[in-house]
Amino acid sequence: MSRLGVGPRDVALEAARGVVPLAIGVAPFGLVVGAAAADEGLSLAQTSGFSLFVFAGASQLAAIDLVGAGAPILVAVGTALVINSRLLMYSASLAPHFAEVPRRGRLALGYLLVDQVYALAVTRYERPGGRAHRVAFYLATVLPLWLLWQTTTIVGAVLGSRIPEDVPISFAVPLVFISVLIPTVTDRPRLTAALTAGVVAVAAQGLPANLGLPVGAVSGIVVGTLVEGRWGR
Amino acid sequence: MSAAGVWTVIALVAAGTYALRVSFLSVADRATEVPPAVERVLRMIPPAALSAIVALELGATDGAIALTPRLVAAGVAIAITVWRRSLAPALVAGMVVVVVLEALL
Repeated sequence: MSRLGVGPRDVALEAARGVVPLAIGVAPFGLVVGAAAADEGLSLAQTSGFSLFVFAGASQLAAIDLVGAGAPILVAVGTALVINSRLLMYSASLAPHFAEVPRRGRLALGYLLVDQVYALAVTRYERPGGRAHRVAFYLATVLPLWLLWQTTTIVGAVLGSRIPEDVPISFAVPLVFISVLIPTVTDRPRLTAALTAGVVAVAAQGLPANLGLPVGAVSGIVVGTLVEGRWGR
Repeated sequence: MSAAGVWTVIALVAAGTYALRVSFLSVADRATEVPPAVERVLRMIPPAALSAIVALELGATDGAIALTPRLVAAGVAIAITVWRRSLAPALVAGMVVVVVLEALL
């Protein structure tokens, strides 16, 4: 560490350390997605293309399941995009921190935006002294996850059927999302939003075209916003 | 679905997801303030969307909230995440609970 402050290397090392516990969840998640894709008959090119071009696990899994179940293209696409709608909020939240980054850089950083890097970056940037080397921190957090994702989905697709049936590795998926969900529930309105969304989504799961998901999410957003407006935090 | 169909899904999801990601980032330099009302709605999206995803992953298909091993394990994971604020112990505990309960029942 120089006397002038922390350098980009220190920040990058700190980010890499922070990402290790997250990687423990991402790895099985990738294996599950790869295995699911192979199970539904996707080719290795399609499986790895999905991870490369979309790079969003929950939506990949949902789209793969729907494709396998014979759903129409637009239902699979619509469901995937509803699942990824939270990325819009992440983008809005991070934009002020990257205002000085040249546009081309921001467009590149955007491709890498995922739950984990959003959560870690926002927490760090808002700390005192956390604004130094923001891009270094962001990249050092997400690039290992990106690499892990690409390799584990391919490994999962190749190993697929060889993962023993009685090890419920697919349970890693909701576990990863629980770990991302909990930190977002910061006050009563958000708790109300989460509870509403969960209950409505399950109640509406019989709806066609997988509408239970957007109906649940929108219900949660509406109720949460109303609660916040009426009763504050 | 045909191969062309699958690639269409991939292309459309990729394009839509990328658009969501760069939406605000692409105009970050213009320092436009997001209207407070819009920002309030945006900040409500992650807990709602993530909760809907988790609930659908855990919910029983017959519509009833059955006390399955997965639900119990999820409860344990939630409690640990709230308590320890870290993923690894919650993940390990959740997986252990699920494997143990499914083996016992």
